[in-house]
Amino acid sequence: MKNQRRQLLKAIGIVGLVPLQQAHATPEEAASAINRIVGTNAVKEGRVQLELASLIENGNLVTIKVSTDSPMSQSDYVKAIHLVAERNPLPNILSAYFTPQSGTANFTTRIRLADTQRVWAIAQMSDGSFYQTYADTLITSSACSEGFI
Amino acid sequence: MSKTSRTLITMPKTARKGEIIEIKAIVQHDMETGFRHTEQGKLIPRDIIRVFTCQFNGVEVFKADFFPAVGANPLLIFTVIATTSGTLQFSWAGDDGYLATNQSQITVT
Repeated sequence: MKNQRRQLLKAIGIVGLVPLQQAHATPEEAASAINRIVGTNAVKEGRVQLELASLIENGNLVTIKVSTDSPMSQSDYVKAIHLVAERNPLPNILSAYFTPQSGTANFTTRIRLADTQRVWAIAQMSDGSFYQTYADTLITSSACSEGFI
Repeated sequence: MSKTSRTLITMPKTARKGEIIEIKAIVQHDMETGFRHTEQGKLIPRDIIRVFTCQFNGVEVFKADFFPAVGANPLLIFTVIATTSGTLQFSWAGDDGYLATNQSQITVT
């Protein structure tokens, strides 16, 4: 009798957890999203910086600032910057595309973050090389908790 | 007729030749993610802006692809080199035939 009750509770526990796990992407899905961007190229660290508050009260509107170290000349410029989240429903956040006439490969925008997580920035240079960086954030009220589910 | 909404561009009116100018582009849009449900449990369909472009005298200088993780009323702050006097054209295109455009003049000395 006691054993059955224990099994039942276990079963409820498993059923209850499944939808939670499916609601967000996993770091593996973010890694595969990054793989789709970079292909088989090696990704180096550096040259791109992320400015994101480490503690965020509301995940619905988070200001994110991206800056890149590049001369932005005709022969050496940043082609694109991709932002990828590890625990949002979809890993992709935004992709920005630049030209030498952009002057800088810096931009600011406002994004949604569903959970405490790591955000990646991948910069694609005109010579085909890739650079990456990340920022960790702690979200106290996520973009999913109220009116989202 | 396609859907549209209000947009706002903030940028300098004049610049020296070769100067890097900063452009703030904001657009009124809910950016409905497609992951939310109504109180009755019905899924609210996705309705987002997909792509933003900035053209300087007809040449594309900046572009961005938006995904549902971009917050409501998308804001972008980016830079452009002022090469010649002319027009900067901005456009936001999205789901359900959404299209918003705006333009701004700049005098380069």
